[in-house]
Amino acid sequence: MADIDRQMAKPPEEPSWPKRADGELRRQDQLLKAVDLVKRFEGVTAVDGASFSVRRGEIFGFLGPNGAGKTTTINLLTGLARPSSGTMYLEGRDYTAHPKRAQALMGIVPDESNLYDELDGFGNLNFCAALYGIEKTERKARTRALLEQFGLKQAGKRPFKAYSKGMKRKLTIAAGIIHRPKILFLDEPTTGIDVASARQIRTLIGQLNRRGTTVFLTTHYIEEAERLCHRIAFIVEGRLVRIGSLEQLMKEHQQETVLELSVDQAGKALAEQLQRRFPGYTVRRPDERHLRLVSDGSIELLPLLEAVSGGGAEVSEARLIRPTLEEVFVRVTGIESALMRQEREGKKK
Amino acid sequence: MSSWTAFRAIVAKDMKTYYLKPPNISWGLIFPFAWMLMFYLRSRTPLDIRELLPGVVAMSILFGTTSMLAVTITFERRSRSFERLLLAPLELSLLMLAKTGGAILFGMLNAFVPIVVAAFVVDLSGVLWPAVIGSVLLIAATSTFLGLFISVAVHEVFEAQTFSNFFRFPMLFLCGLFIPISALPVFLRPLSFILPLTYGVDILKGAINDTGTLPLWVSFPVLLLFAAGLFLFSLRNIKRKWVL
Repeated sequence: MADIDRQMAKPPEEPSWPKRADGELRRQDQLLKAVDLVKRFEGVTAVDGASFSVRRGEIFGFLGPNGAGKTTTINLLTGLARPSSGTMYLEGRDYTAHPKRAQALMGIVPDESNLYDELDGFGNLNFCAALYGIEKTERKARTRALLEQFGLKQAGKRPFKAYSKGMKRKLTIAAGIIHRPKILFLDEPTTGIDVASARQIRTLIGQLNRRGTTVFLTTHYIEEAERLCHRIAFIVEGRLVRIGSLEQLMKEHQQETVLELSVDQAGKALAEQLQRRFPGYTVRRPDERHLRLVSDGSIELLPLLEAVSGGGAEVSEARLIRPTLEEVFVRVTGIESALMRQEREGKKK
Repeated sequence: MSSWTAFRAIVAKDMKTYYLKPPNISWGLIFPFAWMLMFYLRSRTPLDIRELLPGVVAMSILFGTTSMLAVTITFERRSRSFERLLLAPLELSLLMLAKTGGAILFGMLNAFVPIVVAAFVVDLSGVLWPAVIGSVLLIAATSTFLGLFISVAVHEVFEAQTFSNFFRFPMLFLCGLFIPISALPVFLRPLSFILPLTYGVDILKGAINDTGTLPLWVSFPVLLLFAAGLFLFSLRNIKRKWVL
């Protein structure tokens, strides 16, 4: 391994670490960084100049339709494919030319379980631990602990081929973390499995992250990205079209403030009265129980509540309506979310 | 991180899940035993068995390793479990040595089946055992690396089987096992000398019956070169084809 250590040359001073909106991102916060990654296959550019960084302790989501370049990006980052150009850093070290040392710090869970049908659950985890050089006593202890943690203790002696899809996926995730990687790559972790298993896996991902594992997740489930990820990158036809936290992405695309009031009776007269009183807002009455106020700027709640109450109605709830990630995705990429859903269903089948 | 732990785990897993399975054990035992029996029935004196032993040993190794490795690797690539190995922090050369290690061991075990059987029937005194063991190891290594070369060239398990036979059968007839090289047509003789099995069989013939035609100091290095060449060439192809 000494050779590999030498090959993992530290990069020279890097003035180009990306900055965050709230100030300069400290270098030690960056776990993984890709700079201008390009991958061409026989004239087709699968990944086209992708630059991004993954912060320590976050769940970073790669969201895009099938064929967008998500899996190719994971293959490049994990050393399963060689980039045509570009540079990759893990913990500040360039590993582009020699990904082997970096692989010791990575856990990889592919979109299809790739464990051994012939081995049982225990054997599979034990073998995967050995691949990372973990000694016998330690790997047995870790295997038992993971089977317990993932609810597979009873199935530990069953052959992998007898597992359900959900169990297979869980064991594959367990295999991905048995060597306690710094970063876990999850490629479409809930695609093709039943709702209950998908829910369990999302919970497991959340738990792993809370215990300190940084996660790089690709998905075309918009709701999954919205629920799990701290930051999200949209990838379309190999190009990263937007990266940001959920908040940032929403904020960028919230062109107006929309406040919805739930009232006991939203009469036409009340709506007209509010419109006269607040000419800066547009007052809408979607139904007889709700009033919606739209403004280019902010909306002051207190005078509004007083006005409604003065009109003889009672407000039970007031809430700001924000665009969903789905709406943001559609606006940014121009890809209809229905198409993503269709692809997802197709992949399930 | 200990690469040796990973190496041992890969060899042990392959031995357990592929090579030491009942069908393979029975193949490993039955195949050489059947060859021995066939030659025994045809031979008139016990001495003939000793003469035939180098050929049977060589064939047992060749058939026990080449297609076995080609099939297991192709199978693992199809099921994507081979990706797991490529993603492990293990140098590719060490990884492939581990993957081929199980097949080499299996080939060596196969080789000693006819030797053990023959020991009950004929007197094996005077056999140059270090040369036998060395040649068995090198024939097993070259045959296994030939299997590796085949596995890189194919995509499907059935292709691995077919392609293995494409190499194995011409090799059997050209390596001097059935027909002495000197009795082959002149234009075929150069072909014999570009086959690793020719040198392995010649060492075995020399070590068992003292009928080798090439000196050991030529055959051993040539066999070693074949093994290294096939391994390195396969490694280059793996890097080019499997790590895209």
